[in-house]
Amino acid sequence: MFTLPEAPLKRLPCERRSCYSKNMKASIIVFPGTNREKDMAMALERVSGRKPQLVWHKETDLGAPDLIVLPGGFSYGDYLRCGAMAAHSPIMREVIDRAAKGTRVLGVCNGFQMLIETRLLPGALLRNKTLKFICRQTNLRCENGETEFTRKLGKGSVIRVPVAHGEGNYFANGEILRELESEQRIAFRYCDERGETGSSANPNGSTANIAGIFNKRKTILGMMPHPENAVLTHHDNDSGLKLFEGIVEALA
Amino acid sequence: MMHAVVTIMLKKGVLDPQGKAIGHALEGLGFEGVGEVRQGKVITLEIPDGTGESTVRDMCEKLLANPVIEDYEIEMRT
Repeated sequence: MFTLPEAPLKRLPCERRSCYSKNMKASIIVFPGTNREKDMAMALERVSGRKPQLVWHKETDLGAPDLIVLPGGFSYGDYLRCGAMAAHSPIMREVIDRAAKGTRVLGVCNGFQMLIETRLLPGALLRNKTLKFICRQTNLRCENGETEFTRKLGKGSVIRVPVAHGEGNYFANGEILRELESEQRIAFRYCDERGETGSSANPNGSTANIAGIFNKRKTILGMMPHPENAVLTHHDNDSGLKLFEGIVEALA
Repeated sequence: MMHAVVTIMLKKGVLDPQGKAIGHALEGLGFEGVGEVRQGKVITLEIPDGTGESTVRDMCEKLLANPVIEDYEIEMRT
């Protein structure tokens, strides 16, 4: 276990004070090559008022978190397939076990790739259609507002969240896609400012503009875009806050 | 020790943008008549003598390949 530096958080311009009790416990798993754990920790602390626990992948004790977060980065140098090595690391057995018991799991970017590799979520993440690493703002349309993750967003609402990935091209065959759609398991689709999901709004070639999906029970959310990088006014915008507020409100 | 050679390719029907880019580059170099180009990877494993192909298959299913998008072929070399 290691702790976050104190100083940067105190300098943040917090126009919104955290309005929830410090009940929600979050654990963020850190692998060699993970690099977004601190952004995630700041976003969660900003909303919940409680510092998440950072758990190094070699530890076996996860504590008793309400939320497990698999953050973004380049775990194990993206060797073999992005997220494949992390998916088979010892701590992941504990994560899979907790997820099966209903602990909520959020995987962002490389974390989404890990969730796919562990098969907690279906489909695959391929190289971007353009073959280029994409780092830019995207608009996301919430497709199901009835989950603990999206309850503050509401179906059809649009948030502006950045992506930063080389392998974020979500692939699902017809059977998986039908299942995702009929079970309302698509969390977010890439869209334009007005919420239209044309191919011009699809940054990476993802099947049906899919940017994030849930498991069957909607207790696990995996998404390529980084909501933790849209929680401060100097982040372009703070529309990602609502995602974290929803999670904290539901799990506090 | 013996060896197993695992060749992993994207399944037919899964878009392979890298293969496409390589095809375009070959065309740019003046090579004509090249059809579809697909890129994969080869993994060689040193394994104890007598290891069955089924063990290597298990390795492929669990880690080496992603069966959702990839096909694999195993060649055992004694």
